[in-house]
Amino acid sequence: MGALLNQRFLTLVVLAAVIAVLPLLFPSSYYFRVASLVWVAALAAIGLNILMGQAGQVSLGHAAFFGIGAYAVAIGPTHLGIPSWAALLIGAVLSAVLAYLVGRPILRLKGHYLAIATLGLGVLVALVISTESGWTGGPDGMPVERLTLFGWRVSGSYTWYWVTGALLLIGTWIALNLDETPTGRAFRALHDSEVAAQVVGVDVARFKLQAFVIAAVYASLAGSALAFMNGFINPDQAGFLHSVELVTIVVLGGLGSVVGSIVGAAVLITLPQALTVFHEYEHLLLGLIIIVSMIFMRNGIVPSLSALLLRRARS
Amino acid sequence: MTILKGTDLGISFGGVKAVDGVSFSVGSGQILSIIGPNGAGKTTLFNIVSGIYVASRGTIHLADEDVTGLAPHKLAARGLSRTFQNLQIFQRMTACENVMVGRHLREKCNLLPALFRTPSVTRQNRETRAAALDLLAEVGLKDVADVPAGSLPYGACKRLEIARALAAEPRVLLLDEPAAGCNAVETEEIDHLIRQVADRGVAVVLVEHDMKLVMKISDRILVLDRGRPLAEGTPREVRDDPKVLEAYLGQHGAREAARA
Repeated sequence: MGALLNQRFLTLVVLAAVIAVLPLLFPSSYYFRVASLVWVAALAAIGLNILMGQAGQVSLGHAAFFGIGAYAVAIGPTHLGIPSWAALLIGAVLSAVLAYLVGRPILRLKGHYLAIATLGLGVLVALVISTESGWTGGPDGMPVERLTLFGWRVSGSYTWYWVTGALLLIGTWIALNLDETPTGRAFRALHDSEVAAQVVGVDVARFKLQAFVIAAVYASLAGSALAFMNGFINPDQAGFLHSVELVTIVVLGGLGSVVGSIVGAAVLITLPQALTVFHEYEHLLLGLIIIVSMIFMRNGIVPSLSALLLRRARS
Repeated sequence: MTILKGTDLGISFGGVKAVDGVSFSVGSGQILSIIGPNGAGKTTLFNIVSGIYVASRGTIHLADEDVTGLAPHKLAARGLSRTFQNLQIFQRMTACENVMVGRHLREKCNLLPALFRTPSVTRQNRETRAAALDLLAEVGLKDVADVPAGSLPYGACKRLEIARALAAEPRVLLLDEPAAGCNAVETEEIDHLIRQVADRGVAVVLVEHDMKLVMKISDRILVLDRGRPLAEGTPREVRDDPKVLEAYLGQHGAREAARA
């Protein structure tokens, strides 16, 4: 118990230290921007990992909630005169409500069937966003008003580095909190054996839905943050490829590992930047690296490496 | 006092009557064993009683309340707990966490306090862990409390399932072949454990192939054959029933039963 508490605390301290120290190594504001993109993607992935890694349910349409968060802070202030911060909350609530309503029927499905149903949800939301051009600017996207908090106008890649870093820290803390609670245990139990979870009294449908809603809210907040940061938003953020990217981050980093989602996001966001020197081979190499790392670290980067280190330490 | 009662239960799968007109009842502190050859419908009956299958006919009463067709988690909330013939442990969780999940119904489980880990959540977690460790000690698994359940040997997993089922503090416990694949010493331990549980006032329904164990600890025995009830009575009555002897225990089983 004490050890587990320490492990959680240690993870947060290390993460805070990394966020604090990284800027010392950054030669230009471009690095701040890339790092902020990592923090945002990691936030969304941590949420999705609660659904996929802990509760064992897949979502192939998770960018839908990312898009809802992003478009909420774009549409709210521009078309409806809602303050930016309130639009962010409204986006999160909308995502939660949609996840709840859609989750109730589709979370009865399992495996591939659930994957296709969530895929459908993602496609539907992306379609609405790109066709309702009067509200969303259609395929061209739309500008997002800057976030203003208590008269403080949040802008610039340096500022956003710290804002997204703080968000990630909070998101990590909450995800780690779940671990040693009845809710977290119920998630992991239904992942391993639904029938056994049921007979000890776990309302499986309820907990799947909770995980889905949590994941949706994480994605929505990440989407809002990205929209504010970029000052611009387009339907790609809600699209299928972005959903796949989120799933890739979760699986690459390690299912069920909070730190894994952060590492996965770091790899998947920074690698393409680093690989640009290879020009047209960039995507080829990215794909190769992902394949090779999945072959040699099939449980994901973080769980595989920590198991390896543990074995080394013992021998 | 009868706590669990099934009346005229039946279910078919594609025209095959897996369970057909089976009735039984068990009282607090009693041990009822259900025996019969493979395919007799024992596990199917368990699945009906625990809410995993919905019976196509018949009723189930738990403490005088009609619970026919209730979902498993609702039956669990009314005091019914079970183990599985094919192990259903939470492989990726530790042994202790497995039992802690068993305490689910005894815990307050609200999402927001969990997400922000309020002091009450931490306190409750400590209590749940202590209760789980006690149960693990009872089944002799305290040493492996923090080992992932997936890496435990088979016999240990069997006992872990019993501990998890007991963690819910059930009024009725269904045990599906708890001694299967266990050696003589382990079977002896399970025998002892089942008696202890029954002595505490829990009604135990047991499906088991180990005739020695069944004859020794059962208060009553129900014999099934191809989904239908064949005989019912005390171990002595069932043992002396020529139909049962010939068809289901066989000569070898009869000899073993006589020795027990």
